[in-house]
Amino acid sequence: MELPIYLDNNATTPLDPRVLEAMLPYFTTKFGNAASRNHAFGWVAEEGVDYAREQAAKLIGCTEKEIIFTSGATEADNLGIKGVFEMYQDKGNHIITATTEHKAVLDTCKHLEKLGAKVTYLKVQEDGLINLAELEAAMTEQTILVTIMYGNNEIGVVQPIKEISAIAHKYGALFMTDATQAVGKIPVDVNADGIDLLAFSAHKMYGPKGVGVLYVRRKNPRVKVTAQMDGGGHERGMRSGTLNVPGIVGLGKACELCRLEMDAEAARLSALRDKLESALSVMEESYVNGNTQHRLPHVANISFKYVEGEGLMMAMKDLAVSSGSACTSASLEPSYVLKSLGLSDDLAHSSIRFGLGRFTTEEEIDYAIENTKKAVNHLRDLSPLWEMFKEGIDLSKIEWAEH
Amino acid sequence: MAYSEKVMEHYTNPRNVGTLDKDSKSVGTGLVGAPECGDVMRLQIEVDENNVITDAKFKTFGCGSAIASSSLATEWLKGKTVDEAMTIDNMDIVEELALPPVKIHCSVLAEDAIKSAINDYRVKNGMEPIALPKSHH
Repeated sequence: MELPIYLDNNATTPLDPRVLEAMLPYFTTKFGNAASRNHAFGWVAEEGVDYAREQAAKLIGCTEKEIIFTSGATEADNLGIKGVFEMYQDKGNHIITATTEHKAVLDTCKHLEKLGAKVTYLKVQEDGLINLAELEAAMTEQTILVTIMYGNNEIGVVQPIKEISAIAHKYGALFMTDATQAVGKIPVDVNADGIDLLAFSAHKMYGPKGVGVLYVRRKNPRVKVTAQMDGGGHERGMRSGTLNVPGIVGLGKACELCRLEMDAEAARLSALRDKLESALSVMEESYVNGNTQHRLPHVANISFKYVEGEGLMMAMKDLAVSSGSACTSASLEPSYVLKSLGLSDDLAHSSIRFGLGRFTTEEEIDYAIENTKKAVNHLRDLSPLWEMFKEGIDLSKIEWAEH
Repeated sequence: MAYSEKVMEHYTNPRNVGTLDKDSKSVGTGLVGAPECGDVMRLQIEVDENNVITDAKFKTFGCGSAIASSSLATEWLKGKTVDEAMTIDNMDIVEELALPPVKIHCSVLAEDAIKSAINDYRVKNGMEPIALPKSHH
């Protein structure tokens, strides 16, 4: 076992060697421009792209023509939301999203507010799921788009996508989902789920960075988005720019592997995750964040009360994890996702996200459990709050110095 | 963000972790910060009849830089008179630990903790608290 151990697979994943192998020829011998229609170099590149498009389509249950390649999920989110807003402005200007979305969605919506959009940011319940009745109550005749993420990047909760899309459609709005954390990890089917637009990226599923997909439905209804990048009219005019052929080939191979290995891999990862989570949540004053039924198989988000996350990560120096604490940011604000669940700031500051992946082994999880326990205990020995808690002092009754 | 060697050193081997008897007249306790902000420091000093700090202890809830700042502060406090201790400036801590700008608040908190401990000691012993400049936060 090599140290440090990578447990931050919701941030990014290592490239699968099989993906790299598929990509390599497209950097050198098969370097052609996929848009070159008049010679073999172009045809070879186009073949690679076509195969990738087919694999991406198979993974989410759509047709090849509905796949628009982008530079990643952030661009796909931007294109989907801004593109729908522009294309459907005659119909309305109202967009519904949730407070726990990724910044690529939230900041895009904020941008559109400046351009005249009305945006409803739905709050989530304590377990991270949105309230369907609140969604329905927020729908208006002006609502053109509901965009709710599939699986959350910080806590892993999976939203009731079918129910959400049904409500959106009932009121004549389109439904989009940022499925970056879910695609390749759990079954996602755009028809069964009623999805009109969907964004994901390759690097969260053992593919390369810098390439992603926007799925845009072509039938029932035929969805159109206004291009946000103008130029040569690539990708059915929705996203111009010479195709990133090696990246796209890598994305395709990554999709293929995820599809073929998903069932076994999800079972393996959730067993490892459960082992990690149950070992750590039996520690005194530790809390699992988010719904533990409806969630991705590879994420555990745990708060260790009376210990600060960033300090804790420093003590877990052989583990690469992430924290909802934000001691490095000027604002000192902890994770907005955890705060949306109603977590107090101190619990949000005390959280650690463990993100397991394809290359995580049981030996690594065993090590992570021991290492984390040791670190938490060490920092609690240093923590005045832990000492006060142990003395039975109610910390909420203390008047903390202005800070 | 990478931590400086000195921060890592203090973090890995924190000096003077512990608790002094907060009810003792010779002990001053400073508790600063807030759990919601992600850092709380408790710094304690023990002062002898010559106004010399004979012992200092800390416990800190916070990031590595906050822990290192308070560890360093206790190291500096021991052997100083109370008057000398009042002159410790947060920028001395920043310099010694090579703290980056986003971590300066950790040193400010350590300075606040020192002054707050000294004031607690003064008040306990019938002296006026020293007026503190408004917290930098």
